[in-house]
Amino acid sequence: MGDGNSADAPLIELIGVTKTYGEGAAALQALRGVDLRVEQGEFVAIMGPSGSGKSTVMNIIGCLDIPTTGSYRFRGMAVERLSRNQRALLRRNYLGFVFQGYNLLARTSALENVALPLLYRGESVSRRHAAAREALAAVGLSDRESHMPSELSGGQQQRAAIARAIVTHPAVLLADEPTGNLDTHRSREIMELIATLNRDRGITVLLVTHEPDMAEYARRIVRFVDGMVESDRPRMEPA
Amino acid sequence: MFWNTLALAIKEIRRNLMRSFLTVLGILIGVAAVITMVTLGNGATAAVSERIASLGSNLLMVRPGQRLGPGRDSAGAPPFKLADAQAIENQIGGIKAIAPTVSRTITVVHLANNWSTSVVGTTRDYFTVGNWRLAAGRVFNEAEQRSGKAVCVVGQTVRANLFGSENPVGSTIRVGRFTCEVIGLLVSKGQASMGMDQDDTIVMPLRTVQRRITGNQDVRMLLVSVSDGTPTSVVRRNIESLLRERRHITASEDDNFNVLDTREIADTLSGTTQVLTLLLGAVAAVSLLVGGVGIMNIMLVSVTERTREIGIRLAIGALEREVMLQFLIEAVVLSTLGGLAGVLLATVGSIVLTRVMEVPYLFNATINILACAFSAAIGVIFGYFPARRAARLDPIVALRHE
Ligand SMILES: Nc1ncnc2c1ncn2[C@@H]1O[C@H](COP(=O)(O)OP(=O)(O)OP(=O)(O)O)[C@@H](O)[C@H]1O
Ligand SMILES: [Mg+2]
Repeated sequence: MGDGNSADAPLIELIGVTKTYGEGAAALQALRGVDLRVEQGEFVAIMGPSGSGKSTVMNIIGCLDIPTTGSYRFRGMAVERLSRNQRALLRRNYLGFVFQGYNLLARTSALENVALPLLYRGESVSRRHAAAREALAAVGLSDRESHMPSELSGGQQQRAAIARAIVTHPAVLLADEPTGNLDTHRSREIMELIATLNRDRGITVLLVTHEPDMAEYARRIVRFVDGMVESDRPRMEPA
Repeated sequence: MFWNTLALAIKEIRRNLMRSFLTVLGILIGVAAVITMVTLGNGATAAVSERIASLGSNLLMVRPGQRLGPGRDSAGAPPFKLADAQAIENQIGGIKAIAPTVSRTITVVHLANNWSTSVVGTTRDYFTVGNWRLAAGRVFNEAEQRSGKAVCVVGQTVRANLFGSENPVGSTIRVGRFTCEVIGLLVSKGQASMGMDQDDTIVMPLRTVQRRITGNQDVRMLLVSVSDGTPTSVVRRNIESLLRERRHITASEDDNFNVLDTREIADTLSGTTQVLTLLLGAVAAVSLLVGGVGIMNIMLVSVTERTREIGIRLAIGALEREVMLQFLIEAVVLSTLGGLAGVLLATVGSIVLTRVMEVPYLFNATINILACAFSAAIGVIFGYFPARRAARLDPIVALRHE
């Protein structure tokens, strides 16, 4: 991944991005022309009603999917022009993704699940396990490392998924409703953790949430309605 | 990357023990079936050839009567005489030895034991022609042969039934109405050759049997051993024309005797067992194929099941080829395990079954390699191609897979 002319390019830039699912009469336009710029080190909350295209845009930013039209640039690189392997390498080296469903590997311990991304980075077993333990500790799951996903509560699975996303110290953390299944107390802990990662490690965070309380942790709020950005403003400091 | 992926594949195999076990089982059964069937078939063929060889090499059997077949009748054809054998020996080249024989089933008695056996009257050449060797004593000499002395050489089965483990040489036995001295003991030819026991026999001079048992000068069969290097077909044709002449058969008449070539029997029999081997092999190949379909099924189902897993791996940065390599290694490890276990089972099974069937165990490297290669190919093809399809999905599509 050459950095080329990335010095002045924004970290993330969506230009007129649309996404259409299906074809012909059944076609459904999930995104209808989204423009969005996110700079290095930002903490952005994405809000909006269900079905407004939040997950769709996150998948595109996470290089899991490509726009139907328009362009997505990561550090100035047009992602839709990259090969599948190049996009996989972007995900591997720069991105951490927390899915709306947890997407943990079944019949695989929490520790192994969290350590998995490091395997594809070619880390040794001992380094993988050490880093995975650290990440599990950060989400408060140290005592559950040998549990299988089926032996974890929804909230614990969610936290394991977060640990897996941060274990590689990614440049960008993309989290699709990471606190959706957690109680307020746990949610706050997770948000504190993410805010700390953002503040101390300079990890850029994009986070989808329904809860205004959780959006409070972000410094910028983007609101989606009907596949378009309705508003994009800094979070208003309480008076 | 390779070692990581290998470790990963082994972890996956352990994670899904039941599925792995079924895959291995499918391959195992197919491989073991093919190898065992072919090994047994080969053993049977070898056994048949061996037994035919034990009859004597390059052997022609000349008997009165037409060759047996539908609508043919061997009765009524005149028997041979000793002079026929002498004429053949003197007038036809390429003959190593010729033994005229006549035989009867008679009860023989020694002390309190009696035993019904086949008594063969013949000449000294019989021992050469039939590949008989002596375990003890001697065979009758020319003088005994000429005078028709009451002496005999006994087979191992006869000895066992009349004398137990004693040495019979020097003892006398009663054969029908006369007493006969045992002068020799034959070496065993092995049990149950083509359904009959060759060791259940007593050999006497031809004259002795003719004079004291059959009461005539008839010879029922001529055993002719052809010299090495002489084609049996030539000797056979010469014998046929000589006998036609001696038996006054006109050109328009069929032979009233027949000549059987042991090589011909050998070829027919081993041809039959070879066809049988082929048939068994084909049946086993079908079972291997069915096993293959089973593997294919398991692999297809498992890949469908694992599409989400593939999606997760791709989403966190696995490359297409890393995912495929993982599945490929899994498939190779499983089919190798199955193949090796199959070879092992087949080896043990073949050894046991050949014992039971009393045929020799012959290790056939070709079929072992072939069966393993086939199962490995099935495992790899059906493990790899569905995985490749899944790994080529967009990660988001794979993740959404239900
Ligand atoms: N794979 C797909 N095939 C067809 N339609 C899809 C697909 N994924 C999403 N959609 C549709 O696109 C629209 C946007 O979906 P998206 O998942 O982005 O919404 P969302 O904002 O994340 O909603 P929620 O808050 O409920 O998660 C929805 O109408 C959805 O039905
Ligand atoms: Mg969503």
